[in-house]
Amino acid sequence: MTHLNELEAESIYILRETAAQFQRPAILFSGGKDSIVVTHLAYKAFYPAKLPFPLVHIDTGHNFKETIEYRDNLVKKLGADLIVGSVQESIDKGRVKEETGYNASRNALQTTTLLDTIESNKFDACIGGARRDEEKARAKERIFSHRDEFGQWNPKNQRPELWNIFNGKKNQGEHFRVFPISNWTEMDVWQYIYKEKIELPSLYYTHTRKCFYRDGQWLAAEDCIKRRPEEEVVEKQVRCRTIGDITCTGLTLSTAHTIEDIIAETAATRVTERGGRADDKRSETAMEDRKINGYF
Amino acid sequence: MANGYLDMQLLRFTTAGSVDDGKSTLIGRLLYDSKSIFEDQLEAVEQASKSRGNEDVNLALLTDGLKAEREQGITIDVAYRYFATPKRKFIIADTPGHIQYTRNMVTGASTADLAIILIDARHGVMEQTIRHSYIATLLGISRIVVCVNKMDLVDFSKDVFDKIIVDYKEMSKHLDIPDTDFIPISAKNGDNVVNKSDNTAWYTGKPLLEYLETVEIKKSENQEFRMAVQYVVRPISDKFADFRGYAGRIAQGVLHIGDKIKVLPSGTVSTVKGIYNGTQELNEAQEGESVNITLNDDIDISRGDYLVADDGNLPKVDNLFVLNICWFNTTPMQLRKKYIVRHATQEVQGLFTAIDFKTDISTQEKIHEVNELQLNDIAQVQLKTANPLVFESYKQNKVLGSLIFVDPFSFETVGAGMII
Repeated sequence: MTHLNELEAESIYILRETAAQFQRPAILFSGGKDSIVVTHLAYKAFYPAKLPFPLVHIDTGHNFKETIEYRDNLVKKLGADLIVGSVQESIDKGRVKEETGYNASRNALQTTTLLDTIESNKFDACIGGARRDEEKARAKERIFSHRDEFGQWNPKNQRPELWNIFNGKKNQGEHFRVFPISNWTEMDVWQYIYKEKIELPSLYYTHTRKCFYRDGQWLAAEDCIKRRPEEEVVEKQVRCRTIGDITCTGLTLSTAHTIEDIIAETAATRVTERGGRADDKRSETAMEDRKINGYF
Repeated sequence: MANGYLDMQLLRFTTAGSVDDGKSTLIGRLLYDSKSIFEDQLEAVEQASKSRGNEDVNLALLTDGLKAEREQGITIDVAYRYFATPKRKFIIADTPGHIQYTRNMVTGASTADLAIILIDARHGVMEQTIRHSYIATLLGISRIVVCVNKMDLVDFSKDVFDKIIVDYKEMSKHLDIPDTDFIPISAKNGDNVVNKSDNTAWYTGKPLLEYLETVEIKKSENQEFRMAVQYVVRPISDKFADFRGYAGRIAQGVLHIGDKIKVLPSGTVSTVKGIYNGTQELNEAQEGESVNITLNDDIDISRGDYLVADDGNLPKVDNLFVLNICWFNTTPMQLRKKYIVRHATQEVQGLFTAIDFKTDISTQEKIHEVNELQLNDIAQVQLKTANPLVFESYKQNKVLGSLIFVDPFSFETVGAGMII
């Protein structure tokens, strides 16, 4: 077996365990390549039956329009159910308070919307596309990762996970996050997209976009990011290496037109994909801190 | 280009080591020299090293990801690390070496094909070396590679290296040790890690990375088909009105269209009609693949049942077991208390009827007349389950021979067992 076949087989096994062990599992769908791959794997795991999971999208209201288009097309193609949790709604209801200033982002606010969506839909397992190679706190995350009643992750008291035996037992009000592609790297994901000919949002390929430069990276010049007077808007050939919402997605200068181009670029690159994520740069343990509170 | 990377093999290995034997440095070195560390990661580690007052870049900070670990300078939990060379993709389960983290070592070893054991050349074979080897053996790892580290501090002496080999073989002879190889290295300076070192002209073997790239990955020795049914795929559509697929991951052997199979525990027999991976129809599938199988007869099969080859040996079906267990919880294991037992895709209630003996993890001596097991204890026990399980010994097949214990109230995973 090749490494991609083995990774695929492991992920499909995990997705089937999730469907078997939980009452109301759902896929957390961001429109990024990782959640697209997870959705593709889930489609394969249960074919020819319908996807046994709805797709849940936590919409910050600051999404690229390409992401939303892609999401709606995919949902139609798969005949899947879509549930949208709106951060704007959480703000309007006073559940969270919007950040202000130049680096304002709704990234952290998503956690509240996510936990509210989980609770109101009674989801007991949320399947995510997080990978252990992404970030140091994620390297220690379990595949079946327990969350308490408050949606919190306790990194110091995680259940041991042995062989391929997953323990999804929980008490009322608790839930699990399930990470079927934990053992994949960024390169594995791209190779798999290539091998399976998976369609992606156009944002991943090179395109001309109005951008501005801040703190060592290019950001999209859209209304949801407040620009400083000296931050000049220019047109650049860019693509996204990861897709979050507009405020925290760094753009890579690139001329990659095809998946092959992207694989070559990924192989040559010297910075991690989360290196372009403003949300991780806030402190040395920014990811661990957010995860403890219930973040993706 | 792209195609060149699509057919790599995957090797999973585990590392165990204590604070000062250079385990994190070795992993950092493998990641760094194979260019799996990116500039921003290195920058972050350089900054973190500086703020902690380390003079050199502390590569250990790459693997110790949790706040508590970085503060205390130790590895607490199992960390999974990834790197690839053009030949193979590697998954490292990096585990702490202290005796109080035995459960983490056991966890890391459970999915590994190979174990790296580190010895500090200045100190030679220690109690912990043998303890780590014992755990690797217990978890059925088929190959151990002993890295004698810090060779630079013993002037790359062949005599020191040779003596460690002799000592290791002598001190581990009571263990059922699999194939073992020895490599003299300096993780800090990179000797024999990625490139062969000029400092050890007397060493004729491969450097560690080349060793890992070429070492044979063993599969199950037996070849009879085995698969636990995970999920029954029943589409509600006119196009697939009669489709009933039994989904699972093949635990052993090869399956072909037309093969005769037996369903356990019922004993019903049928033949294979179709094998699917997603939308793709296959003629055969092998160990490790996740498939969806249709049969020529309409029979009652559900999650927890097994599909097995109808010829040759059959797995056993019983509710009494002898097994080795490792206890994972601060609440002791009690005899006669009911636990939830999870075994492949089956779940039953079980209770321990006897502790045959506990093994002293440091000396591997047997301790008799024990009534309960504490966190990190390893013991041979007798288990009784409410319903029979379909199983084989852990030696014969890891999937059919392994199980975990779940506390019926906290639902924590409190122990792991390997059927003898």
